[in-house]
Parts: sequence; C-alpha cells; structure tokens
Amino acid sequence: MSFIKNNQNIYKSRYFFKQRLALLTGLVFIAFLVIIGRFFYLQIFKYDFYKGLSENNRIAVIPNAPNRGLILDRNGIILADNYFVYSLEVIPSKVANLNKTIDNLKPVVELSVSDLKQFRKILKESSSLDSIPIKTHLSEIEAARFAANKLRFEGVEIKSRLFRRYPKGSFASHLIGHINRINEEDKETIKKLGWQQNYKGTDSIGKLGIEKYYEARLHGTTGFQEVEIDANGNAVRILNNTPSIEGDAITLSIDANLQDIAENAFNKYRGALIALNPKNGEVLAFVSRPNFDPNHFVGGIDVDEWKLLNESLDKPMLNRAINGLYPPGSTIKPFVALAALENDIRKPPFNIKDPGFFTLPNSGHTYKDWKPFGHGTVDIVMAITISCDTFFYGLGIELGINKLSQFLSQFGFGKATHIDMFGENAGLLPSPEWKQKRFKKPWYLGETVITSIGQGYTLVTPVQLAQAVATLANGGLTIQPRLIQSIKNSQTGKMEVFKNKTIQTLHFNPEHLALVKEGMINVTEPGGTAASVGAGAPYKIAAKTGTAQVVEMKANQKYNPDRMNERHRDHALFIAYAPAEDPTIAIALIVENGGHGGSTAGPIARKLMDYYLLKKVTSNKEDIKVSPLESEYHD
Amino acid sequence: MLERFTSRLQKNIDSILMIFISSALVVGLFTLYSASGQNIILVLNQLLYIGLGFILLWITASIHPKYYEKFAMPIYVIGLLLLFAVMFVGQTSHGAKRWLNLGIFKMQPSEIMRIAVPIAMAWYLSKRENKRHAIDYFIASLFFILPVILIINQPDLGTGLLISASGLYILFLAGLNWKFIVGGAIGLFFLVPIIWTHLYDYQKNRLLILLDPSQDPLGSGYHSIQSSIAMGSGGLIGKGWLNGTQGQLDFLPERTTDFIFAVFSEEFGLLGNLLLLGLYAFIIGRSLMIASQAKNTFTRLLAANIGLTFFTYIFINIAMVSGIMPVVGVPLPLISFGGTSMTIILISFGILMSVHSHKELVGSS
Repeated sequence: MSFIKNNQNIYKSRYFFKQRLALLTGLVFIAFLVIIGRFFYLQIFKYDFYKGLSENNRIAVIPNAPNRGLILDRNGIILADNYFVYSLEVIPSKVANLNKTIDNLKPVVELSVSDLKQFRKILKESSSLDSIPIKTHLSEIEAARFAANKLRFEGVEIKSRLFRRYPKGSFASHLIGHINRINEEDKETIKKLGWQQNYKGTDSIGKLGIEKYYEARLHGTTGFQEVEIDANGNAVRILNNTPSIEGDAITLSIDANLQDIAENAFNKYRGALIALNPKNGEVLAFVSRPNFDPNHFVGGIDVDEWKLLNESLDKPMLNRAINGLYPPGSTIKPFVALAALENDIRKPPFNIKDPGFFTLPNSGHTYKDWKPFGHGTVDIVMAITISCDTFFYGLGIELGINKLSQFLSQFGFGKATHIDMFGENAGLLPSPEWKQKRFKKPWYLGETVITSIGQGYTLVTPVQLAQAVATLANGGLTIQPRLIQSIKNSQTGKMEVFKNKTIQTLHFNPEHLALVKEGMINVTEPGGTAASVGAGAPYKIAAKTGTAQVVEMKANQKYNPDRMNERHRDHALFIAYAPAEDPTIAIALIVENGGHGGSTAGPIARKLMDYYLLKKVTSNKEDIKVSPLESEYHD
Repeated sequence: MLERFTSRLQKNIDSILMIFISSALVVGLFTLYSASGQNIILVLNQLLYIGLGFILLWITASIHPKYYEKFAMPIYVIGLLLLFAVMFVGQTSHGAKRWLNLGIFKMQPSEIMRIAVPIAMAWYLSKRENKRHAIDYFIASLFFILPVILIINQPDLGTGLLISASGLYILFLAGLNWKFIVGGAIGLFFLVPIIWTHLYDYQKNRLLILLDPSQDPLGSGYHSIQSSIAMGSGGLIGKGWLNGTQGQLDFLPERTTDFIFAVFSEEFGLLGNLLLLGLYAFIIGRSLMIASQAKNTFTRLLAANIGLTFFTYIFINIAMVSGIMPVVGVPLPLISFGGTSMTIILISFGILMSVHSHKELVGSS
C-alpha cells in the first residue's frame, strides 16, 4: 500500500516536474527568439548604421594642407613664398592643467607676453581638439631643449609648419595683401562657398589684396590620408593617401623694380599710384603709401601692433589705390576739354581773354582763377597747358552739368573699374539727379562751375583716374585694369595667360583728341605747369597736374603751405602717359598733402617713365632739391 | 585491451553532448585566437584548462549520483565557509574581494557555490519529497540566498545573479506553489527599490547606462556601445576570421573574456551567431532531455538545473554583449577565456553525464 502510494507520488511528482520543465523550456525558447531578434536588429536592420560607426572608429582622415601658391612679379621675382618653421603647439583637450603647463614651459622655451596673448586669443576662437600654436618660429636650440623635456608635457608638441613669407617685407603690401588665421567670419565664407572639405587642414586664409582675391587659386587642394587607427588613436597602417596639390603660382603684371622705384619716390609722403599699360590694361605699379609689413599678419598679428596700425593717423591699412577718394582737381580738365570739343564748343580758334576770374551770369558771383591777374589770351590747348580755371568755368556753364556728367561717366568716373581686388570704391560723379537723391536739394549753377575744374562733389580713386588716363591715351579704348598676367597650374605646369578685357571703344573725333593731347604734351614743355617733369626727357610726355584742396579756404585767406599744418596742405595729383605718340604707360598718382601736382607728384611719374621706357634709374637725391617754378607753384 | 580501455573511458560519457560541447570549444579556441590578437600562448593556456576540465568531467561523470547526494551538505558547508573566509582574508582585485590565495593557486569560492548550491538544494528538496511544506521551500531558498548575499557583497553581481537564478529554477521545478511564485514576484517588485539603495555605485551606473548607453560614451557606456558596433558591423556574414576591426584594433574591451561574443559576432556575422546559438540549443536541449529521463527527484532537479544554468549564462552574456542587459560580468560558457569558468562548466556537464549514465541504477531508492 505504502509502495503504491509512494509510486503514485513518484509519478505525480515526475508529472509535475515535466510540466514545469516544459514551461521553462518554453521560456528558453522565447529567450532565444529575443536574442535572435536582437541579432537581426543589429546585424541586418542597423547594419549600415553600425558599419558606419565601425568605420568611423577605425579610420581617421588626416588632412594634409597644401603648399600655398607663389606670387611672382612679371619678371619672376618672388613676392610671396612659404618656408618651414618649428612651431610649439598645444592641444588643450589633452592638457590637464593648461596654466601649469604654460608655467612649466617657460623655463624651456622663451614665451613672450605677446606670444601668450596671441595664444589666449586663438584658444578662445578654437575648439579644444585643435592644435594651437603657443610659439611659432622656434629656434633650433629651443626646439632641441623642448624635445629633451617632451615627456613632461602631455599634449604639447613641436610641429613643422609651413609659413607664408613675404620676402620683400612691406614692399607692395596693399597689392600682395596677406594671409591671417581663419576667423569666424572666414568660416562662414568658407561654408558659403562650400570649401569646408578643402580647408580641413588649413588655418589661414587670404585677407587682403592678391592673397584674398585669388584665394581659390593660391590655396591648392588639400590632401587626405586615411589611416587605420586603434582604440588609443595610434596609426596602425595607411589605407589611402591622396597627396595635397600645391596652389597655383600667380604671376603679377607688376614690375617689382618699377614698383620699388615708385614706392621709394614717395619717400615719406602718403599717397597712391597706379601705372598701367594702356594697351593691355596690365597694372605695372600699384602703390599705396604708407605700407605695412604683411609678414606680421601671418599666424595672427599682435593685438597691440594691430591697434597701432589701425589707429594711426597715416592710415597704413587703407588701400589708397582703390579705396582712397580724392577730388580730381585739375586732372579732370583734359576730359572736360574733350567733352567741350565733342559737343562742338570751344573749338579753336575760340579763345578767351582771361581777367583772372569768372563771373557767373545772372548772379554776379565770381570765381577766381588760381593766377591772380589771369593768363591773358587762352584757347583750349593753352587752357590745358597752363590749367586755366577761368576757361573751364565758362565752358562748364555752357556745356551744362548733365552733358558734362554724362561725358565723364564714359571714362569710368563714378564707376568701379573692377580691377581684380576686393573693396574697390566706385568714386563719385555728381549730377543733378544724384544731388536730389542724396541731399534732396536742386543743383546749383555754381556747382557746375567748380565741377568743371574737378572740385566740388567729384571724387575719384587713383585706379579710376589711371583707367581714365589710359582710355584717353588709347583714344577711347578702355581695357579693364588687372593685376595678374598669368596663373601657372601647379599640377600640369600649364600657363593660363589672361586676355585683355575690352570694356568699351569710345569714338571721338581724332582732331579733338589731338588738341587735348597737344595741351597735355605742352604741360611738360617749357611754359607748362609741369615743365620740369618733361625737362630732358627723350620721349614726349602727355600729362596734367592737379591740386585738391584739403581744407576750404576763406575768401580772403591766402594759401601759404609753409604756415599750414602739414596735414592741411593740398593733395598733389598728376596724370600722364608716354610716349605721347604711342603710349605704353599711363600713370595716375596722388601725393597727400604734397602741395602742387607738378612739383611733388610729377617727378615720381617721371622716374617711373624713365625706368619703364629707358631702363634708366634716376637717383632720388637730385630731384628733392628741384625747386618748383613760379608757374608750378599754384595750379 | 585498447578497446576495453576506451570503452571504460567512454562508459559514463554521453557522446551526443560531448560532440556539441567539443564543437563549441573548437569555435571558442578559434575565436580566442582572434580576440587575443593571435596570442597562441593564451590559446594553449585555454587548451590546458579544457584538458583539465575534461579530466574533471570524466571523473565527475564516473561518480555515482548517490555520492553527490551523500556529500551535498559537506560540500555546501565547505563552500560557505570559504565564502566567509573570502570576506576576511580574501584578495582584492579590480575593486572586488573574490579570491582566496591557497599558496599553490588562487580560487574563487563563489565558483564552487555555483555547483554546491544546486546540489544542496536538490538534496534538501528531494529528501523532503513526500512531506514537503511551504517551510521547506523557504529553507531551501535560504540555501541560495545566504551565499548570494555574500557574493553580491564581494561585489560580484554576475555570479550572484546566476546562483539566484539557479536556486529559483530548483524551487520552481520542485513544485513551488504558484501562490508563492506570484507572491514572490510581487514581493521582489517592492524589494527592487530597497535593493537599489544597497547596490554599489558602479552597479547602479551599469544599470542606468543600459537604459541609455550614449549618455556616457567614453565611460561606462563604452563597453555597450562598442560591442553593439562590433556586432552590427558584422552584418550577415561577418568581416571574416581575424578581420574584425572592432576586436583587432582594441575598440572592444574585455574581448577575450566577457565580450568575446562581440568578437565572434563581428567576424562571423549573423550566420555565425545562429550557428553558435544552434550548438548551444542542442547542448541545452540534450541536458533537459537527460533531466526529464532522470529517475529520481534529486538527479532530475540537478540535471535540469545544470542545463538551465548553462542557458542562463549564455542568455545573460549574449544579452549583455548585444546591449539588451546591463554589463554584469558573466563569461560566455565554453568560449570565454578563463580556467575557473571552464572547469566549473565542464564539471557540471560531468555531473549531468553521471546522472544520465547511472539512470538505470538509481530507480527508486
């Protein structure tokens, strides 16, 4: 009985056991299904996602910044190149205590206050993963000393970096421009242009001049190295290497020697000069004085130095050649004269008897000529030669502001030349509509009077004036001025030579052009306002002097440059082309506070023409002493 | 002569189980070779452990189940004493006090308890077979609760969980009333907040990271994220043996031990996973079959427990590696590198085979 009961119990308990085991087996089955489901999720549905993450883990793409293209003058003289420097760099994210690290670095590497200031500045602008230079241009000794102490400095290392160099220092600084560290604004620009990929390894970008305008060509193509890395970031092997492609080399149309002569000729004067070949628009010299040293901007300029440059009264950062706005003064007269001739007024033998002043009909207001008792009998050729204000006053009134403005506009006044540089000013060519819009006032006749001698509202940039002179020299053909001759593709070695871009061909009566030219040639002949400029020149120079008032004179005040604040003296202007018969050089220049055009500005132009046409270099000393002729003293 | 010797050797060995176990071990050795960065020394070491494990398996398979029943209590008590010893004179490593230094070798008493606890519980519950009351289940549960508290205190959450699971399996299989099961589940639910406050910070962290591994991609979440990446990027067929980038390039942590499955999965893909899972399924299935054929309560409970615990190991490890469970530090049986885990697993299969080969003789005693 007990056996049976026991047996029953055994069967009962076995039955229960099997039931429960079956339940658990079902649970095991479900668990396996869950796991398999997870496998499918990870390995099938999310395969691409995890594949990408795994590749990201494994592959580091290291950008390899390209060498920046060279900038050369037309004769192959190097104006911008690159060189290697040792740079001590810190990766903030790898440094535990930045201040302590810097303190510890001081005995090893000399860190100046400005180095640290610069470092802090860049630190603020960068991500903590970036490598930030704390001192560039390490000496060999410093580099060696750091290398010996390297283990003490986690996250600090020496890198060999390619640095931009402008071997001729401040020479042609506004033309060449400079590069500087990429800032937030640049990052936006890079993003907008879709250049992010190509700028991954780049920390600097062209900020001014050629460096900025031709950034896309100079930069080159960034190379990329795909490296397989392990979890500690150590490179295991190189998977793929796309080498960087050096930026293209740019050959400027500038003649460095001519530029040098021009810059030296300015001496201590501020001002600007553009010399170009009227036949093809190539700019031969591009001067804006004073200069600055672009080398100081590479890798970031010192804050104090920048402040000094930026706040200086001399405004060295102003690119006067394309940005400086000046009243053209009497340099406008040849164009006004041509306007009159083309409108069939003032044609010789028309002449006036100049009493030394001009009275505006109906108002009785008088306008003085620069020469107190007048020039006597003056025709249109003579009016240019001696810069007779009275002649042009009447001419302007008869022509009227609308016709005058329209005519001058053909020469590019009031319009940008679109030279290959950013930031060009368009200048200002006034008209009654313009005045109405700008000041909500009607045009006064008296304004026409002064506009016709280049005073009043009219403002020009040196490059604009140079283009106008070139157009005149060409007899109406305008070619867009440009700063480069060719770009050499660094990969193929092929030269891309730039063609002339003809903007317009103006048709003038040759007889009229000849009259204006005659007047301009006579300017540099004995009796002209710039007679000394033409003295002894074996070629003929067509020119015009000009003076732009800086402060307005009271009616009874006499202009006396010696008694005036130097900065209140008149600006001296000068335009010229030569050889007059077949011009190959056209020049426009301004010497700020230089007084009269013929005496300070003219000799500079002469030196350029002598070098350009004769390969003759006149020394600086002799002509500083040249005392202006009486006729040249005033305009 | 030779035939007699081999037949003697094979007498207590279940050849079906042996084939699947060996297959899994071979897979494990190849995976280990890859995971260790082709470290043949490590593989030979593992082979040594396997050899040792096979000897122990053969021995344990030859021992009649009645001896396990007989020595259940002594083994359990010794194990428990050793656990107490760890508390006082144990060696600390990686922030956990788990080892006892016995001069010649170091041992983890908690590993002994993996076998000792189910044997003791099976012994107790089968002894009370015909006069079981609710109190017996309570007493039986003390058999695992006591060592689990000590083990979790070491701290070793993984082993603690596994022993708890194994204890619960026995209670369930022994016929614990559903009332208590449901009641216990509800009780546990309210216990969770209390347990939570007693967990170590790193254990809490692991649980929190599970909910959102991306919260701490370089810290505690790193394991989880990197192993998911390894598995996911393996795709359908894997990157090929020795070609798993996550494993070969050091991105996977603990890749010869707890995370070896990620290495396997990355290199052999979904198909490899299914194959390995298949092998495991056969081993588990065979174990449960042996359990259902066992002749008495003690061997039934013991055999079923061995199979289910083996499954639990696998489930916890794979679930952890594939990111559906927190990182608890459980090795993958038969694959992960490690002497203790390997020998304990093979010993348990030895016991299982003993149950199977001696089933005719136990009957009703």
